[in-house]
Amino acid sequence: MNVAPKSSFVLSRRHLLGIEGLSREEIGGLLDLADEFVHLNRQIEKKRASLRGRTLINLFFESSTRTQSSFELAGKRLGADVMNMSVGASAMRKGETLMDTAVTLNAMRPDLLVMRHHASGAVELLAHKVDGSVVNAGDGAHEHPTQALLDALTIRRNKGRIEGLLVAICGDILHSRVARSNIILLNTLGARVRVIAPSTLLPPGIERFGVEVARDMREGLAGADIVMMLRLQRERMNGSFVPSVQEYFHYFGLDQKKLAYAKSDALVMHPGPMNRGVEIDSSVADGAQSLIRQQVEMGVAVRMAVLEALSRNLPNV
Amino acid sequence: MLSDRRPILLANARIVDPSRDFDGPGDVLIADGVIRDTQRGIRAAGVPEGTEIVDCRGRMVAPGLVDMRAFVGEPGAEYRETFASASQAAAAGGVTTIVCQPDTTPVIDDPALVDFILRRARDTAIVHVHPMAALTKGIGGEELAEIGLLKAAGAVAFTDGIRSVTNALVMRRALTYARDFEALVVHHTEDPDLVGEGVMNEGEFAARLGLSGIPKAAETIMLERDLRLVALTGSRYHAASITCAESLDVLRRAKEAGLEVTAAASVNHLTLNEVDIGSYRTFFKVSPPLRAEDDRRALITALASGLVDVVMSDHNPQDVEVKRLPFAEASPGAIGLETMLPAALRLIHDGDLTLLTLLKAMSTRPAELLGLPGGTLRPGSPADVIVVDLEAPWVLDPETLKSKCKNTPFDEARLQGRAVRTIVAGRTVYEYV
Repeated sequence: MNVAPKSSFVLSRRHLLGIEGLSREEIGGLLDLADEFVHLNRQIEKKRASLRGRTLINLFFESSTRTQSSFELAGKRLGADVMNMSVGASAMRKGETLMDTAVTLNAMRPDLLVMRHHASGAVELLAHKVDGSVVNAGDGAHEHPTQALLDALTIRRNKGRIEGLLVAICGDILHSRVARSNIILLNTLGARVRVIAPSTLLPPGIERFGVEVARDMREGLAGADIVMMLRLQRERMNGSFVPSVQEYFHYFGLDQKKLAYAKSDALVMHPGPMNRGVEIDSSVADGAQSLIRQQVEMGVAVRMAVLEALSRNLPNV
Repeated sequence: MLSDRRPILLANARIVDPSRDFDGPGDVLIADGVIRDTQRGIRAAGVPEGTEIVDCRGRMVAPGLVDMRAFVGEPGAEYRETFASASQAAAAGGVTTIVCQPDTTPVIDDPALVDFILRRARDTAIVHVHPMAALTKGIGGEELAEIGLLKAAGAVAFTDGIRSVTNALVMRRALTYARDFEALVVHHTEDPDLVGEGVMNEGEFAARLGLSGIPKAAETIMLERDLRLVALTGSRYHAASITCAESLDVLRRAKEAGLEVTAAASVNHLTLNEVDIGSYRTFFKVSPPLRAEDDRRALITALASGLVDVVMSDHNPQDVEVKRLPFAEASPGAIGLETMLPAALRLIHDGDLTLLTLLKAMSTRPAELLGLPGGTLRPGSPADVIVVDLEAPWVLDPETLKSKCKNTPFDEARLQGRAVRTIVAGRTVYEYV
């Protein structure tokens, strides 16, 4: 077994339902702890025993390969027993409600419940009904806190800081929980945030989120230290929100030419999975300025930090 | 004994009668189901033998409330509400007349169904019940319902419930045809395409919650269209539930142009706003949605000036199965028969309105619009009367509510004032002890 992390940070709350409400200190504490897990994860012996005896259930009402496996790996590396449940396919079809599922799972006494759901607020609703700690792995268009934390960790490790950076978030802001969590987190840590999107993909009231708003990439990317691209769902690109893939890529797809509008040392991020040729060109996604693969690595470390910091707050009897 | 039909003297009361713009001390004598007298000092002048004498000790006596928009589940959704349970809730809330909605199962678009409702209500309800009937068959928005026959059977107005008639030609014909029968058309004004997947007021707050918004324009566009059609047809039109400042501008112009147009606001929109949704509280999900505080203030101002004519409960019982869901998936609706008066009294205690103005919008005006005899304490009128303790502070415990469903946004709210006695047709049907 490896030595315990030096950080003894405890997240003094039962659930992690969003970035909203987290203090600068709490975010910093999680990132510091995650930094240690990045180091641990690069060793041959990656395993810790801090969650030994604990049960972690991954409850996904919306399919996801990467987030689910990232949480699964994080739980296993900390020594927890991990169970994956994809509910979309089974119980809900039989008419079982979210509440019934919550009560059923709670009876299995999980210590940690990681949940994703297609409806905003669903994770919080479930959190009221269970005894363990709940981690929001994405609820509707509301929040995806571990994504924002892993993005912050990635930025901090590459730029050495977050405060004072200009972060441009581009694409489907309207439907994006990643954008919401990132805007809140980056604002809390003192970054400048700019969102870039066609107006049909901006939520009404966005200007009151403490962000700058741009409708074209040249204006929006000017001076950016970080370019964060968002995924555009297929069903939204055929005339409903934007006229076509071609037009979207023409104006908002990140290629080398548009990336040149940003600072010369700007770094590119994407929460995945990418639509190559829709929101991002392969040459950028795989290029020297891309942090996309690093984000995946940071994801596991951040989720370990969240699970560990929450579990330190769980009752020990 | 609740079925007692002895004469009643409500003595030492503060009489508030909006039909006569009267707010002052007096006594009210009720006999044979009718208001006999409302002078001061009736007792000294002598009352019939056996009269029950109630010392009101300065409490308010007013016409019973006429709730112009309440959904009762009968027929088809008796698990949500029946005439029996709705009328118990109404009586406890000082409502002596319920106007029920036609979007039941089956839809009230047949004279036999109007008759069914009137009979069921007669047999099971303890307050008056009058149905609105469908404006279009099956509330489908395409073919006209039998407005003439339905009205003859007892329908007091015509509406498609919480659906809007989207086809402007159908709406024009419905208005034109209704005019021949002097029928009142009541319309829910929301463009369903603009509502889309929206579940709450559009704006910053919805964006923060990650919920799809409903723009105010969804309401204003439909209202504007309707009022242009009213200008074309000269019909009587009532906007069922308006919620925002922009709609008030549209309404003002129509009234200034002399159109026979009226509008209601729900007690929810007058006392709550979108921020009350907090973290996805589905009891605050109503249709149309709660708006911003500025809109709420504008509605109150419009009510004070008479631009908004009616305050209604928009009573809509929903059970836990459709409320204990993620916000976007939960059914809209809040119960209100029992809480309409105490919630609206917040506007009095805050100094926003006078009692005469508020009670006029909850009794006299709706009665006038619907051609019903209530809403007044004039001698000779039916004795639908309430005694209200305006000051009593209390905390709402949903379990004590008479409605079959407990979906109240005033769950554990601190309220001040309540009906302490409700008299329908001269009979005391509710007494708070």
